[in-house]
Amino acid sequence: MMDNITHTHEGPNPHAPRPDHDDTLTHHKRLEIAVRELLIEKGILTADEIREAIERMDARGPHLGAKLVARAWVDPAFKTRLLKDGSTAADEAGVQMDQPTRLIVVENTPQVHNLVVCTLCSCYPRMVLGIPPDWYKSRAYRSRAVHEPRTVLAEFGTHLPDDVAVRVHDSTADMRYLVLPMRPKGTEGFDEARLAELVTRDSMIGVTTL
Amino acid sequence: MMPRFSVGTSVNVRRGNPPGHIRTPYYIRGKSGTVERICGEFRNPEELAYGRSGEPKQVLYRVRFNQKDIWPDYKGPAKDTIDVELYEHWLEPAH
Repeated sequence: MMDNITHTHEGPNPHAPRPDHDDTLTHHKRLEIAVRELLIEKGILTADEIREAIERMDARGPHLGAKLVARAWVDPAFKTRLLKDGSTAADEAGVQMDQPTRLIVVENTPQVHNLVVCTLCSCYPRMVLGIPPDWYKSRAYRSRAVHEPRTVLAEFGTHLPDDVAVRVHDSTADMRYLVLPMRPKGTEGFDEARLAELVTRDSMIGVTTL
Repeated sequence: MMPRFSVGTSVNVRRGNPPGHIRTPYYIRGKSGTVERICGEFRNPEELAYGRSGEPKQVLYRVRFNQKDIWPDYKGPAKDTIDVELYEHWLEPAH
C-alpha cells in the first residue's frame, strides 16, 4: 500500500513508530510450533485436524448462550430443564458441550443477581460463550469480583439495590457457569430469534443486566 | 462413592496449605458454609496436574458462604453470598 510508504507518523495523530511483535519467537510460540510439528510428523494428528479444532473453537461465541437464554424465556419447560441440568438441556437445544466440564445455569430474579468469576485462573463457559474477554482474565477482576462484587458491578454500570442479593460463583473446578438474565420489559411479543439478539455476553457473565 | 455430605449440611473448609496444584482458593480455607449441591465425581485435579490418573475420583460439592463470614470488611448486605466448588477431601463437618 502506498500509505505505508508515505506514512510519516506525523499529521493529526503523531506518534512514535511502533515495532511489530508478530515476528517475535517467544518461548511459548516456539513450544507450540515444536509440539504441533512433532504431532503431525509422528502421525498423531494431521494439520487438517488441528485446523478443524481451531475453527470449531473460533465458531463458538455468545450467540450460543443467547440461544439458550431466549429459549428459556419463551419455553418454561425448557427453562426448568436448563436450570436443573445445563449440559443436557444445551445438548437438547443443539449446543454441543464438547468437554468434560458441566454447565450450571443460574437465574437472575428480582431478588437475586448472579455474577461469575474464576479466581484461580480463567475458567469460562467457552462452550456457550466462546473466548473470554481480557478483563475476565485480569487479576483485578478475579480478585475484586469476590471481595467487592457490588463495586465491580457498579463500574460496569450495574447498580443493584440492597434488597437484591448478589450471588457470586467462583468456578474453581469442573463446573462452568452461565447467567440467565431477566427478560427485558417490553419484549412480550418478541419471538425467540428476536429475543436472542438482545442477549449480550456481559449479561450472561453477570456484570450487566438487560 | 457415596457423598459424605448432603445438601444443606454445614461444613468447614480445611485450613491446609499443601504445596502443588490446589483448586481450593486460599480465601476460603478455614471458612464455614453450607452444601448447595453435589456436582458428581471428578478425577482429582491435584493428581491430574502431575500426569497421574486422578483416581479414585473425588466427590465435588458447591458450598455457599455468606460474604460477611469471608471478608470482615465486606460492604454489601448480609444476604450476599459466594458459591465455591470444593472437593470432598477439603471439607470437614462443622461442629
